[in-house]
Amino acid sequence: MDKKLALDLLEKMLLARKFEENVQYYFSLGMIHGTTHLGIGEEATAVGTCLALEKDDDMFATHRGHSAAVAKGIDLNGMMAEIFGKVTGVCKGRGGSMHIADKDVGVLGANGIVGPSMALACGAAFAHKRRGDRAIAVSFFGDGATNEGIFHEAMNLASVWRLPVMFVCTNNLYGMSTHISRVMKNTNLADRAIPYGIEAVTVDGNDAEAVYDTVSAAREKILSTGDPMMIVENTYRISGHSKSDGNQYRTKEEIAEWKKRDPILLHKQKLIERGLATAAEIEALEEATTEQLERAVKYAIDSPYPKVEDIYEDVYAE
Amino acid sequence: MSTQNEITYAQAVREAMCEEMRRDKNVFLMGEDVGVYRGAFGVTQDMYLQFPDRVIDTPISEAGFVGCAIGAAVEGMRPIVEIMFSDFMSVCWDMLLNQAPKMHFMFGGKVSVPMVLRTASGCGTGAAAQHSQSLEAMLCHIPGLKVVVPSTPYDAKGLLKSAIRDNNPVIFLEQKLLYRTKGIVPEREYTIPLGKADIKRPGTDCTIVTYGRMTHFCLRAAETLAREGISVEVIDLRTLLPMDKNAIVESVKKTKHILIVHEAVKTGGIGGEIAASVAESEAFYYLDAPIRRLGAEDTPVPFSPVLEKGVLPDEDKICAAVREEVG
Repeated sequence: MDKKLALDLLEKMLLARKFEENVQYYFSLGMIHGTTHLGIGEEATAVGTCLALEKDDDMFATHRGHSAAVAKGIDLNGMMAEIFGKVTGVCKGRGGSMHIADKDVGVLGANGIVGPSMALACGAAFAHKRRGDRAIAVSFFGDGATNEGIFHEAMNLASVWRLPVMFVCTNNLYGMSTHISRVMKNTNLADRAIPYGIEAVTVDGNDAEAVYDTVSAAREKILSTGDPMMIVENTYRISGHSKSDGNQYRTKEEIAEWKKRDPILLHKQKLIERGLATAAEIEALEEATTEQLERAVKYAIDSPYPKVEDIYEDVYAE
Repeated sequence: MSTQNEITYAQAVREAMCEEMRRDKNVFLMGEDVGVYRGAFGVTQDMYLQFPDRVIDTPISEAGFVGCAIGAAVEGMRPIVEIMFSDFMSVCWDMLLNQAPKMHFMFGGKVSVPMVLRTASGCGTGAAAQHSQSLEAMLCHIPGLKVVVPSTPYDAKGLLKSAIRDNNPVIFLEQKLLYRTKGIVPEREYTIPLGKADIKRPGTDCTIVTYGRMTHFCLRAAETLAREGISVEVIDLRTLLPMDKNAIVESVKKTKHILIVHEAVKTGGIGGEIAASVAESEAFYYLDAPIRRLGAEDTPVPFSPVLEKGVLPDEDKICAAVREEVG
């Protein structure tokens, strides 16, 4: 990891974290409606993965997809405006938190349903392969999604058709409130790739550098072999599942333990230890990212709402 | 050289696919047994030889390959995906309900899903309750989809070509008992716009609104009724979503009577939507009798040929309903 990459990873993780903290704050003020699924604590999975991708690679996110969209390079103002339900949002206020997308930067959508993006990614990869354009498709999904039938259908399809897909499982140990050990006998998720002849690599999902290196190598391998891969990124969701989460299913001690392994904290320590950044440089990034988010929030608040009379605009494509 | 040919409905569907595949390299077909098996209903025939890389046999994974088609469509291809029996849409329902029809809208118009899902629909083959349903009303309840049900080879070919060129997900319901029916199709290239009904028989006393296989039942009934001095106008909707409501309204204003006929079960069927559209429109004031509907009995499709035939509208039931309507 060179200095530039080290700082890029930090910057994107800070943007992702601060984006969500802002969302949480304005949600609590009642200025954002609906629901949001925050991924505080999981930023290294999204950022390490997406920074290792190229612009033309397609990325399909989960319902907990803010960080992945930020990392893939979505416009922060547009994404914040979307979550505020404004017409200047990336989806013109039609999608919201669970459907953040911008095809121009390869964000092919967060998805409100658990699992289907794995098959959608197979299709995008199919198109890339047909065109021979050296791009891959990445599907994020959680540990819980590996119990969906579509996981098995997509894995099978990708392997037998040799599609350039990267299946990225962010294992945060819980499907909403249900611990992984209660819903699967073998909790080593990489084993689920074996029947499909798909190579799977497991990585510490709270180590941004390790995620980046793993995904970079996997991307090259997918392009050189033409075969899909699965990456299991072990992490932990510090924030609750959604606004309704009372954290009754886990202990304060467990959350506190994981907070010690906060990916941003770990990454900062690493930068200082290796002399890749000074405390002053990190502080400057903190300030710059805070300001970026302040601008995004101001943009969102100042933007107009969409008009009901335009509602039929995007139901059908021309 | 003749300028028109008599071909079957299956052949019309195949010709539409082949012509569009020759026209646009982004068009391809995938589905279960569409290749060397030549299609479960023999629709695809030797297409796999004509387009070896573009007619793709899939695993038995409807959700997987329909999802794959959606993803490919989003990335600029134009997939045609075949679901062997429309009943199997149940195992890829998420793709048809939550994914394909919503992406363009949810993503603010930046993504489109130009995909056609062709599937064999309807009863009459003795295939019983899980291989015979007419599920179009469920599909019409999903904004973002288009739903097409052609009744003749001519319509099937022209509508399928338009569906393939359309930038939205289109569900193309092919009625399996129509596959072997024949009709005249011009040799020259043509398309039929989606969303336009066709007056299959003009008349003045009663409008029958129908689509798909029932169109032929209604036309035969109209023939019988004509001999009794009742002039029936038969409107074949062809596309159910979007529906050509204007054609219905205009016809009813003229005939002052309407009977709606479909093969799907009556309760919750698309006939209810048609009836409501008439009731809400200016045509309501022209009606001389209540709006009438004929659909299948509200049961699963039964197996025994006597029962399978018995639960459907038929020529006699249609004639009786029209006589009552105009009487």
